[in-house]
This record gives sequence, C-alpha cells and structure tokens, in this order.
Amino acid sequence: MKAAVLTFPGSNCDDDLLWAVKDIAGADAELVSAKSESLDGFDLVLVPGGFSYGDYLRSGAIAKFAPIMTALKQFADNGGYVLGICNGFQILTEAGLLPGALQWNTSLEFICEPEPLKVVNNQTAFSNQYPEDQAITLPIAHGEGNYYADADTLAEIEANHQVVFRYAKNPNGSLNDIAGLTNKAGNVLGMMPHPERAVEALLGGTDGLGVFESLINATKGAAHAAN
Amino acid sequence: MFKAKIYVNYKPSVLDPKAEVIKNTLSRLGQTNVKDVTVGKYFEVLLEGNRDAVDQQVDALCDQMLANVNMEAYRYSLEEV
Repeated sequence: MKAAVLTFPGSNCDDDLLWAVKDIAGADAELVSAKSESLDGFDLVLVPGGFSYGDYLRSGAIAKFAPIMTALKQFADNGGYVLGICNGFQILTEAGLLPGALQWNTSLEFICEPEPLKVVNNQTAFSNQYPEDQAITLPIAHGEGNYYADADTLAEIEANHQVVFRYAKNPNGSLNDIAGLTNKAGNVLGMMPHPERAVEALLGGTDGLGVFESLINATKGAAHAAN
Repeated sequence: MFKAKIYVNYKPSVLDPKAEVIKNTLSRLGQTNVKDVTVGKYFEVLLEGNRDAVDQQVDALCDQMLANVNMEAYRYSLEEV
C-alpha cells in the first residue's frame, strides 16, 4: 500500500501526517504537490490540515481548483480511499466529494483542545480497528469546524450511516454532533479532529493511530506494496 | 463592458454566529429596534461581452466559486460601464 499526502500552499499538517502514516503506522508514503496532475501508483490519498491558499474566499474554496484536484476526483470516483483532516475536510466538501459545509464555530473562537469523541460506525475503511462505540480523544484545532448540511442532506447522511465520529461534548455547533463522516460510497472521509496528532504516547495519546491502522487494513493486498 | 455587483449571504436556514454577535452588540449599545443583521460578501467583477453571455457567465462563477451553495445564496446585478 502506498499513500500520497497532498501539499497545498498553506498546508501545515502535511509533515505530521506523513510522519503518522509512514514512520509510526509503517505504510509507504510520500508528499505530493498540489501542482501535480497525477495520483498514479497510490492506493490512499491524505488531504492535510492547514490554511490552503490562505483560506481566501472560504476555507478550501481556492484549493478545490488546484491542478491535483482533477486527479483526486477521478481517484475517488474509482473507489480510491481519501481521508481529509481539518482543512482537508473543508477542501473535500468544497470540491463536492463530501456533502455539506464547514462554517464558523458558534463561539467564533479558534478552539485548540483535546476533544472526546465516539466512534459511531466501525464498519468503514477508516474505523475498522476501533471497537464499536469506542470513546476516544483527539485534538481539534479550528475556527471553522461547525458542520452544516440542509435537513434533507442530513437525513440522508444518517439513513446511510455515513457519520463515523461524533463529538461527546459538541464544541463548535456541528449539526448532529458530527465530527467526521464519509461520502455515500464510503471511500471518502472528512474529519475535523486530528488523528495524526494522537499517534504517540509522547504527544498525549495514541487514539488516532486506529484511523491509519484501519486504512492499512482496508488496503491490504493493494497493488502498490510497501518497499 | 459590464460591472457585475455580486452579493453572497448565508441561507436563512444557516445560523450566522458573526451576525448574531453584531446584532447583540447593537442591542447593548441601545439600538433596541435592530431586529436582524445579515453579514455577507460583496464582489465587483468587470467583464467584457454581451449581456446574455455575461449574465450566464456570472451565474456560473457564483455557483462554482464565489458562493458555496451548500450554505450560501447569491444574487447579482449587471451594470453597463
């Protein structure tokens, strides 16, 4: 299995994400520039947090037009696994790969805290290594993480069991306490909490490691084996 | 040449925390008859072309970029300059 970690101008979690998936979880992985136009040879794409293109206009609104996005849409349409974290989640909603949008936190504060969550669906490529309803703690660090979707979209998301992570104590106003959800097909996940910041005891916890172990498990036997 | 004046706002179903803070602050300042505040974005875009073509083009660029139609609505006017 080989993972691509995308790097946009203004990404600031790309190196952390590479460290988590490669050095800690043990997958083969490399950084891929947003200016690249190909994702050939990759089995997993990770879209990191940060402030892509300065968050101009809206978070993720400019990134969705980056050269790599055409390849990313094709990759996702072909069933490839895509994980967007924080700004990566915002980019995936702007690009239409995930439903809904991320709006300003109701408190209008940038919140940087460890946040208790529940894994409400462990039947996905991103969560299969967590026990059902597992309580975990992951750091959040965002000003615009307030998940919004209209009532019909929200009902469809719930009916399809697309919510994977819910906040235990909703910090930002997200509808239905949604912290992370997949697309309808289940191969694209976006989440505001940072699993890559919780993969070593030294960093305060290892509750995020399960996300990367789940993806490694889901892509076992993938075409591009680790060297 | 046309000047498009474009307004982008949250849809009424979306609670805008910034607008709420402004409304509450105005109330605190004694402006008690202020019943609602809407905060949005305003763009001016200059385009060459005939009115029909420019109209379609502005609609498309609002839909694809200037507004996130999942949570925002847009409206615009065209002024010949």
